[in-house]
Amino acid sequence: MKSHRELCSGSSCAACKLLKRRCTPTCQFAPYFQSDESNKFAKVHKVFGASNVSKILNEVPQEQREDAVNSLVYEADVRLSDPVYGCIGVIASLQKKIVELQHDLILSRARLAYYVDQTVLFLDDGANMCPVIDMVEPFNGKDCFSFDQFTQYPFP
Amino acid sequence: MASSSNSPCAACKFLRRKCQPECVFAPYFPPDQPQKFANVHKVFGASNVTKLLNELQPHQREDAVNSLAYEADMRLRDPVYGCVGVISLLQHQLRQLQIDLSCAKSELSKYQNLGITGHGIIAAANAANHHHQQNLGINLIGGGVGSRDHPFHHQFFPSNQQQVIRSFDGGNAYDAGNLLAMNVSASIGQLSQFQQSKATGAADGMRTPVEPS
Repeated sequence: MKSHRELCSGSSCAACKLLKRRCTPTCQFAPYFQSDESNKFAKVHKVFGASNVSKILNEVPQEQREDAVNSLVYEADVRLSDPVYGCIGVIASLQKKIVELQHDLILSRARLAYYVDQTVLFLDDGANMCPVIDMVEPFNGKDCFSFDQFTQYPFP
Repeated sequence: MASSSNSPCAACKFLRRKCQPECVFAPYFPPDQPQKFANVHKVFGASNVTKLLNELQPHQREDAVNSLAYEADMRLRDPVYGCVGVISLLQHQLRQLQIDLSCAKSELSKYQNLGITGHGIIAAANAANHHHQQNLGINLIGGGVGSRDHPFHHQFFPSNQQQVIRSFDGGNAYDAGNLLAMNVSASIGQLSQFQQSKATGAADGMRTPVEPS
């Protein structure tokens, strides 16, 4: 963000160029729309209009205006890319992805819990080191250390 | 959609003009929803909305108006970030979920690779001991396996299983904006009616656009 002095030393800001007006030292748009950023202002102007942008900036504290301009530029850009849904389409898409990932996470944690349970059940029984086999198959009395039965039960 | 046959639509009422039969706003701004047009007009302007609607097919216009109304409402609630604040928040949540899922799958693969054999179980348990710090993604989802009182469970699943990650930077001025964004996002709910494949492209192509200062 350049100062007014730097901008008004030579050329008009992008906003004043597009609006074909003289760029004054007190131009509201000058700090945020450099003279070589005509496309940036054009998008915002097309979607919101210069007067609406001006009103929005006037309602926002000075230190937050740059963020406000950047968000308006992004919103305008998305709206021009997707004239029907704009940013709402982006939000819907993100929500959908979040739900899908949450589902995947629940499944992964459930599978992990299964393996952890198997580990716990085995190590818990410190008396005879026999696995708790009611979770897998009935103990046949042959071999307390037969671990093969576990390999027969992948997670369903 | 409202008819302009008897009473003027909300737009023409607001603009104080005669509502013509072919009024472009009439189907989408019924007279009983004056605030909807007022918000859209304040943020976008009537002429910009007219141009936008004229560029769309008739069957797309209702969705376009509704999305403009949502965006206008969010911009008025949060003049600095508008709906971009919500997008930023959701992207952050998505990244966190991806990290949590990656951790969970990494732990899972250890068990799956080692197999449930005697040595495997002990090795997996030891691996779990060494990696107990990893957060296995309870955070955005309450509950879990259940609060068994066992050290392994404590190591995998934090005792506070209702912990919700608030991924805000402490002391950041964005906190209030985030809370506001979450409230707005919650009120929007699942925008299933706006889901479309084009939006997927838009979401993928645009990363966090505004980093709150």
